[in-house]
Amino acid sequence: MSGAVVEIVRAKGDEIETVARAAYEHPLPVRLCHWANAISLFVMVGSGLQIFRAFPSFGAKIPQKDLLNWPKAFAIGGWLGGALQWHLTFMWIYIATGLIYLGYQLFSGHYRQVLFTHRDLPGVWPMVKHYFFFGPKPPAREAYNPLQKHAYTSVIGLGVLSVLTGLAVWKPVQFSWLAWLMGGFHWARLWHFLVMWAILGFVFGHLVMVVLHGWSNFVSILTGWKKDPEY
Amino acid sequence: MEPENEKPGADELKAGDPKIADSNTVDPKAVEAGTVEPAIVDKEIAEPKVAASEAVASKIVEPKVVVPPPIAQPKIVDTRMNERKFAQVSRRELLKVVPVLALGAFAIPSFQDSLLKKGLGFSDWASARLFRRSHLATTFSDSELTPFEKFPINGYDVEDPGVIFENWTLTVSGAVQKPGDYKLAQIQALPRFRHNTRHVCVEGWDVIGRFGGARLSDFLNMVGADTSARFLTVTCADDYYESLDMATALHPQTLLCYEMYDQPLTRKHGAPLRLNVPTKVGYKQAKYLTDLKVTNVLEKVGYWEDQGYSSFYAL
Repeated sequence: MSGAVVEIVRAKGDEIETVARAAYEHPLPVRLCHWANAISLFVMVGSGLQIFRAFPSFGAKIPQKDLLNWPKAFAIGGWLGGALQWHLTFMWIYIATGLIYLGYQLFSGHYRQVLFTHRDLPGVWPMVKHYFFFGPKPPAREAYNPLQKHAYTSVIGLGVLSVLTGLAVWKPVQFSWLAWLMGGFHWARLWHFLVMWAILGFVFGHLVMVVLHGWSNFVSILTGWKKDPEY
Repeated sequence: MEPENEKPGADELKAGDPKIADSNTVDPKAVEAGTVEPAIVDKEIAEPKVAASEAVASKIVEPKVVVPPPIAQPKIVDTRMNERKFAQVSRRELLKVVPVLALGAFAIPSFQDSLLKKGLGFSDWASARLFRRSHLATTFSDSELTPFEKFPINGYDVEDPGVIFENWTLTVSGAVQKPGDYKLAQIQALPRFRHNTRHVCVEGWDVIGRFGGARLSDFLNMVGADTSARFLTVTCADDYYESLDMATALHPQTLLCYEMYDQPLTRKHGAPLRLNVPTKVGYKQAKYLTDLKVTNVLEKVGYWEDQGYSSFYAL
């Protein structure tokens, strides 16, 4: 029943007063997956960075040139073995969450609310002008504007890539074809790292927009209902 | 929205009035989603209708059918919900998300260790299920080899435990028909295999090296090992110890390695005998082997595994 908009009313004697409108935007499976994913992504990134600390380079071992010495305070697991335990545990939660989410979206048809398609193309430029060049705000007609759809669709692709590159790093022999696609184990490790930063880029933008769009937007991913939607 | 769908004349209305057509475009979404969570459509939205007075109920229906929506923005209002009801629905929906906090169990120190061990164990179990003895590790051309001097030397303790080669033997025990001490010459008498394979360290670095030696499976055959046993353990001159699952031990690329880059093993690379297992991560490739045992029971898994590394780490 996503897409349903209701008027929230207050009865004053015989009078019915409309105090707000609300849209049911996020069905329960989507909300559960969102928060499970938020937690598992946090653990995957934190433990991944601890794993990276063991060899913070993408070059040769001899001589070793470190790319960046990631501070231990922003890492999970304490040491390489501990971080691998976190990583190899939460990867299952991360993958399961992704599969449940994708399965639900496809099965329910709810994906239409968020999937970026060619129909969203004309709306991209006005939205870019609004966000980045102080252009007028295009009227909102649905839960997500074209740029939001683009972001949420892309990040699903990045999520899939994070799993595939990770699989190539974990199992370069059993999934040699995957590793081969990525240029071998050595490159797969670099791709895995880059995909992580791309996802972190999304998370940064996502959090900025949450702050800018206010409380009702944040509440909607908890209760499903967004008060006073723009459409 | 439900009655509209059942109306036989809905199509005519759609064709006639663009504004109603507008509301029709939204309808399928709600209806189809409604099939997924009918409880909410039927109860939580319909209920306030019932709860409200008769007058209200008629007011809800009226604007939909008689009064066309205002001109500017085609506002699509499906129904109304009482303010208190909305707060109640919101609270209930919030509570439904709470189970996610179960993941917080990982933050509790007393649970953390066992949960992570279970997670790692599950990964190892999945790894074992994925492993195919026929699936070979990629081999590389000579031009892709990492130069020998750039092949890292990783020792957990000493780089050279000072093995006296003249006295060296491999002591074989456990589920084998011919236990005893085997000389290097006996191992070298087995067919020699050489391959250029990738050596991947758990730390993340990798090199491509050239390894030569006897197939471990040939050696196990020679000593009459019970290959239905589950494991094979090795101990080393530097007190390092390791274990392999039997499927990996029988893999055609698993070598009792006495050569690197077509030269006898150097002391720092594990002379006189080391494991070369291209399907496993680096810490499985034990150096300075002294003992080999075929067994069904693992008292210890391996030096690093017993400190928390993956037991099966197959690539």
